[in-house]
This record gives sequence, structure tokens and C-alpha cells, in this order.
Amino acid sequence: MTETTVSPERALVVEEGGEAQRGFIGTNVPRKEDKRLVQGEGVFFDDVKRHEMGFVYFVRSPYAHARIKSVDVAKALELDGVYGTLTGDEVAILTDPFFELSTPPGAHIKDYALAVGKVRHVGDPVAAVVARTRELARDAAELVEVEYEPLPLVLDAEEALKDDVILHEDAASNTVWSGVFDWGDFDAALSEADHVVRIERLHFDRFSSTPLECSGCVVEFNRGTGQWTIHGNHQMPGIGAIWMAPALRVGIDKLRFVSQDIGGGFGNKITLHPQYTACCLLARKLNRPVQWTEWRTDQHTANTHGNERTFLDVTVPVKADGTMLGFSVRALDDCGAFPRYEPLGCIIWAQVTPGCYRWRNVRVDFTQVCTNKSPVAPNRGYSRMQHLWLTERIVDIVSHELGLDPIEVRKKNYVKHEEFPYETPNGCIYDSGDYARCLDIALDLIGYSSLEEKRRDAESRGKLFGIGIGSTLDSGTNNFGQSMILNPELQFSGNNEVATVKLDIFGEVVVTLGTVPQGQGHETTSAQVVADILGCTPDDINVRAGHDTYWNSTAGFSGTYASQFAVTGLGAVKGAADKLAVEMKQLAAAVFGCSPDDIELAESQARIKANPEAALPFMALGAILNANNAGLPPELDVTLNVRHVYRPPFEKPDLERKYGNLTLTYATQIHACALEIDPETGVYEVVDYAAVDDCGNRIHPQIVEGQVHGATAHALGAATHEIFTYDEEGNLLTPNFYDYHVPHALDMPPIKTGFIESASPFTPLGAKGMGEGGGAGIHAVCAALQNALGRRGEGPIVWRSCNPSQGVWELLQSPEKTRKLVSVESR
Amino acid sequence: MEVVARKTIEVEVNGESYEREVEARRLLIHLIRDDLDLTGSHIGCDTGNCGACSVLVDGVLVKSCMMLAIQADGTKIETVEGLARDGELTALQQAFSDHHALQCGYCTPGMLMSATALLRVNKHPSEPEIRKAIQGNICRCTGYVNIVEAVKAAAE
Repeated sequence: MTETTVSPERALVVEEGGEAQRGFIGTNVPRKEDKRLVQGEGVFFDDVKRHEMGFVYFVRSPYAHARIKSVDVAKALELDGVYGTLTGDEVAILTDPFFELSTPPGAHIKDYALAVGKVRHVGDPVAAVVARTRELARDAAELVEVEYEPLPLVLDAEEALKDDVILHEDAASNTVWSGVFDWGDFDAALSEADHVVRIERLHFDRFSSTPLECSGCVVEFNRGTGQWTIHGNHQMPGIGAIWMAPALRVGIDKLRFVSQDIGGGFGNKITLHPQYTACCLLARKLNRPVQWTEWRTDQHTANTHGNERTFLDVTVPVKADGTMLGFSVRALDDCGAFPRYEPLGCIIWAQVTPGCYRWRNVRVDFTQVCTNKSPVAPNRGYSRMQHLWLTERIVDIVSHELGLDPIEVRKKNYVKHEEFPYETPNGCIYDSGDYARCLDIALDLIGYSSLEEKRRDAESRGKLFGIGIGSTLDSGTNNFGQSMILNPELQFSGNNEVATVKLDIFGEVVVTLGTVPQGQGHETTSAQVVADILGCTPDDINVRAGHDTYWNSTAGFSGTYASQFAVTGLGAVKGAADKLAVEMKQLAAAVFGCSPDDIELAESQARIKANPEAALPFMALGAILNANNAGLPPELDVTLNVRHVYRPPFEKPDLERKYGNLTLTYATQIHACALEIDPETGVYEVVDYAAVDDCGNRIHPQIVEGQVHGATAHALGAATHEIFTYDEEGNLLTPNFYDYHVPHALDMPPIKTGFIESASPFTPLGAKGMGEGGGAGIHAVCAALQNALGRRGEGPIVWRSCNPSQGVWELLQSPEKTRKLVSVESR
Repeated sequence: MEVVARKTIEVEVNGESYEREVEARRLLIHLIRDDLDLTGSHIGCDTGNCGACSVLVDGVLVKSCMMLAIQADGTKIETVEGLARDGELTALQQAFSDHHALQCGYCTPGMLMSATALLRVNKHPSEPEIRKAIQGNICRCTGYVNIVEAVKAAAE
């Protein structure tokens, strides 16, 4: 069941010749991608076949931490149909370590395509085998003999901090990066407070959005040009190439990334460079195309997880009326065996430093450490989700301890509608929004006014009833200058994305994107934008499917990640279409002998405004310029093939103060959850759920709502059962969908959705990126559990992000265990 | 008992007959995808949980990663490629598009086969019946909301 509240609809108009007409932006046009996908005619990387290609299988470590004494591939090579192998020793000779983002100690970590000298997590690849069939490659991998010398291991972040067991000897410490962020005057806030609430420990658990399509690639090497073509599903090829090219000791243009359809990414496909580099080496060494399809078990065990973060010594100064003045915390982030993209997570949370709140005094002491677990990578809601979970737990626990209504406390502390654009204590500019109104809509959707009735009804059935809110921001369009707060030596700042739009010889409008879509409907929304600008319909627009580095439509930050397509991608599309519109008018004016100002684009024609009968259809324009151009004025400088790079307006941050605008847009998601717990078993059920989204102007409302549904499902899975847990030897206990239960159709509660549209004043279309949702569902479920389990300083404290029924039962059995995590000092 | 390492099998897929020699251990999904080049059916797990490879074998819904190719010898198989006729989408396929029941499209072929199997035996399923019918198919994009809506709409 889905219900959509309808906010007052904004006028959807295209200004053309002073006349307003309804445009395609803001409407649910049919998705261009669907026709091929519902017929099984999409092309995913695993559908790409090349003559005589060999199948790659990685030999992986059964130990969480061990020295590699020897790797012997002789028996594997003897097997008929095996084409060749690759070992860590070869990789160490043929490549340089991937560059590290962090300052020391993390800067000294050496990370290669295969394990060199040591393995650091179960599943760490030590060798690769290539064979004629998938099955044979797996057989051959069994014949690779690896001798290990097991080492002591460390799986817990706090233990890792002690450096008793060190993963990376070159770094001489497990600490990757640490830094203190201090904004406002936290000590003054403490002395001003009427209550100080202290929370000893909160823990955000490890999980991942586990895209249904595993990672992989088909790699071809062109011996003549020294160029690799990687048909894969890397969702951020720009950064992939930046990692791979120096490691492979080649120019960046030697790496061509191609993808058409990708079966979900959610950030988990941003750090595929180690496996891709191994495949590049194999394609070159064996002189044949190689194909690697990751197995599900390998993805769970050894690809990427989301960040696990422990929050220690949370201190919250509160005024008597429930106004919070800020917070301080020690955050300890566990990035697993290799940091890769991850040190950026040490900064990225700062995009949403005070959450949705007017808190001015924040001190965060942040440390990231390595442990003998799978590496982590961006995961839907990346780094902000963990931090927003903290801000939401703060609001609920403080309310709970002081006997305040968490809804009233939220409203009191939210940034107010009239305060936008709002500058946070660390210089981020929240562009627009109305959090209190979104909350009211969410409450209305779950029937908050009849809450006490629902509570009584549940209690009459012996159930505990709780209601909870998750208020989040989906910060989108990164200012990569934030990486310089991590490491001032990094030469990254700003952001960019590219699109090209051309009018072809037969009048076909062709759009080429720099992005790497994984289901977000980029072909459709791009066509909507171009159609409105050129005066035609989305059906007239051919948006090329997928990504190809060699389309010359990419820039340094090209990719699909971090909630930004509606801003950067469509900003580029709009810019290119605007330029093309100018050229089409110039060409038509040259043909008609009038001024370009006299020309309008409408009904797939360029025509004279005052005399619409005088019209050149798009086909005529395309044909004249491309194939029938004799007699055109020599000074007419049009190509009908334009490229636009959208560059958001950013400054470099102040590195000393760790201060500046880190993202361009802030979409809001406010979720409300009602649940009932069986106190005998801890089993609970979400009985009502609402998600309210504000992402500014919605280009395609149906796609926006679909993203809300999906992000909610991820969050509900993470809140209730999705968790990566390890045994004491570092074996992942949830290595496949059998043990790692993701929501199925029967698990999902009915979701009601609502929206408002607070246009962003900073973006080309007033739209904001919104795909991640900030993990709102995790926060809402935790809040509802807290609400159900006890009130006014009694009952257990919900201190972990994942609360399966077993965990809830334990909270109910021994409330004192978690109760002691919290203390209140009232003055 | 004779140990069979390879076997020649015949299958009819979407009305076309194929004869292939396959290893005894070859999974049906690999026969379909790799040997017959019908890449619409997908693989999302190693354990039979995700349902992306769902096809109909002699009219019965099967996860084709849970069946050996040689077990399918002599059967009639239907895959997603066989749903539309002459480019004309089925009501279910059209409903998936109309209701935005797909995002990345990776689970979609399996989801369509499960829903097709349901609608053949139950013309007017209730929402719980729809959810039960697709519970063996994992979707990571949609939260199932619009998939359920699409199946309902197709039934009407």
C-alpha cells in the first residue's frame, strides 16, 4: 500500500516566446530504460562475451591475518583448460601500490591488487586463476597451494587502537587518520546548560546495501595501443582510473571504462580497482580477454561493507526547555583491512554536522582504524548516515531521560523554515527546507492524533507500542575540497559533470552523459530536461545508455554517487541543451536571414515567432549543417554538437578551522515509524510507517518516490536484521543471502509517502540529489523501540543501530546493562 | 552405475529447440545464459535465495541456479525473453513500466517470471498472495511497493 499526500502543485511551465506551456519536467513520463529491461534485453557486464575469453577466479585467504609463506600455482597450471595465473609476487613487480588518501599513518599503507606478503582479512585475494570455463577456473583455484603462517588478529576497533596487533607494518599503527573538529564553544555551552546528558557508548553496526548484481568485468587488452577496455560495473570510473593508471604505470587514457546497465550500486561499486587491476594484468599477460564475475559469497566476504562506527563519551548540554546546545563525542570508525576510499568518511559526516538541528557547539574527536575484517566503502547514506543516527539517538535519549516529548524536542531544535539558507557551525549552507512541516505530514500519515488509542489497543493485546521519528538530510553534490581537510596535500576540490547534446544529420537529438546509471532513470530525466529546452518531446531524444570513457563526455568526478545527478548530471544536460538551442536558433536565423532572437524552438521545429509557418524541422537543421552546408555564412560558428561541463559554485574550505561549504544541496527525509513489541520474545512488527521527502523540485516524481521506497527498505533491513557479524577467528557469519537476510516482499511493512518541494536556490533546476535518504528508517526504528521500551529515565537504552528481535529481548531482560550507559547531571 | 561427466541434452526455450553437450555439473542458468546466450535471466547469489534466475520449466516456476542443465533435458523452458510477442509487451511487463516497478532492472526478469506463474493460476490475487508469490525474489531497489502495485494492476 502506498499513499501519497499531494502538496500544492507548483506551476510546471516552460517560458517560450512569453507564452507559458506545460513542460515535461515534473511529470511521470514513461521511463526510457524500461522497455529493454522488462524484456531481458538490458546489457549488464556479465552479458558481455568475447571470443576465447577466460574466466577469472580469485584464490582467497581462509585466515583473517597471516603471513604468506608460499604460493604454488604449478598444479593449477597443469589442469587442461587453465590459461594462466597471477600471484601477489607478480603484482608487486608489475604494479605500484594504489595511492592512499590519508596523511600518515594511513599514507604509508601499501595496498595492491592481490595480497603481497600478508593476508589481512578472510577473503583477501592471494592469487587469480584463469580458465576456459567458470567451473574449471574454480577447480583450478582449489589446486593452488598456499602456505600460511597465521598471525594474531584484531577484530574490534577499540582493541585495534592499542596497536598490539598491527595490520600494516609500513604504517606502524592501525590508526589510519585522526583529527579533532571543534566548532562554536562547547565548554561555554556546557556551563550554560541546565542538564548535561552523557551517553557512554553507541554503536552503528556493519551492513551493506548488497546490490543484487555482484561486481565484475570483462577486460580486453589491445597490444597495439596498450589500451585496456573494461566492460564493468564500476560506478565511479573517474576515481577508478585515478587509482589504477598510476598503479599500472600507464596514462589515464589507456583505461577505457564501458557500462550499459548496472544492477544496483549503492556505493558498494566504487572500490573495484584492486580486482580490475588484477584483471588488467591478466588480460595483458595471457593476451586474451578475461571475465570476472564475483560470487555472492565473495561479495559479502571480501568486497565492501558500510562503515562501522562506535560513538564514545557523548556529552549533550541541554537547557531546561529542551533546547540542546550541541554535543561532543569521540567517534571511532572501523574501516576493515584497507581504507581505500574510506578515509574520506572521516570528513564526509561533517556535511551534516548538527543534523537537522540548530546546534552551534560541536566537538568531534574522530579516529579511523583498520581491523582484520572486510574493507568498507561508501554505502547508501555514506558516513552521514552513521552521524545522523548519532544526532537522532541524542535527541531520543535526551528526551527519554528528561521526560520530554521527542517530537516537541525535535520541533524546538530543528532549523526553522525562515532561517534558510542556514549556515551550520562548520560553514555548510543548508539550502532550503521545512523540517517541521515534513514532520507534521509524516505524523499525519501515521495517524499521530490517535496515538494514545493505538497504544492502549496494543497494550490490551499484551504488546508494547512505540512511535519514533528519523529526521535526516541527504547532502548531495560534494565539494571535493573536503578531502583537503583530510589531507592538505590532496589536489581535489569542487566537482564537475559533463553532458554532450547534438542534433544529428536526420534531426535526431543525441544526449551523452558522463554519469554511470544503476537504475536511477538518467536516460528518462535527461530527456525531460532536453525536451523542455528544445521544444520537442522526450520521445524525440535519444539518450545513450550507460557510460563510455571514450565518448569524451566525462570529467574528473564523473560517476553516479553521493546524491548528485539531479544537480550535476542534469546541470550538465541543461547547460549543453541551452547551448545547442542557441546554435539551432543561429543556424535557422542564417537560413531565414533574420536575427536569432526572432526564432523560437517548438514542436520539433525552429521557426520564426511572428510567422510560425516559416519553420525548419529538426531534420532540416541537422541535414543543412552536416551535409548541405554550402552557402552558409562563413562567420556562422555552430557545430550542433555541444559539450557542457557543469561546475557547482564552491570555494576551497578553510583547512585550519575545518570550515566551509561541503555540499551544495540538502534534501530532507523525515520518517515516522510505529511498532509493536511482543515482550515475551522481543519479536516486533512495524505496524505503520511514513516517509516524507523534500528534494526541491522533483524532475520525475515517480522516480523520486521509488528512491524513497528503496532507501526505506535498505534502512528497515539494516535496523532489524541486516548485520555483518564475525566469529572470533574473523570468519564472516553472514556471507550470503541465506544468512544475511535482506527484506523480502513479506517483510516490508506498508509504506506511506508524502512530499513537499522546497526548491534549492543554488541549483540549475531547483532540484536536489535525494537517493540516499540518510538512513532515516534506521533512526526511526531505533527511536520507536526506545519509545516502546520505557519512558522518563526508565527502561533500557537502544544503543546499537541493528536491533534484531534477539537484541530487543536482551534489552528487555537486562535493562540495567544498557541503563548504566546513560547519566544525567541536572543543575 | 555409470558416471556421466558430459551429456547431450535437448531443450525447447521460448519455442526454439536447442541441442547442446553440457558438463553434468553445469547449472541450468549457465546453459541458458552462457550456452544459449539468453542473458535476460540473471544471477544474484550462490544459494538459491535471490530468484533473479527464475524461469518456467514445463510451466513450473524454477530457480534455474538450483537445477542442473541435464535435469532439464527434454523440457520446455520459458524465460523473460519469451514473454513479449512481436515486440508487444504483456500486460504484466507494461504494468511494471507504468507503475515504476523496476529501477536497475536486474531482479526484473525473475520477478516477472514469478508473477507470470502466479497470474496463470490465480487471475485475481490478493496483496498477501502477490507478496507470497514473489517472496523468493529479492529486489534491492524498490522495497517491493511498486512491484506489488504492478502485479495488482496487471491482474485487473
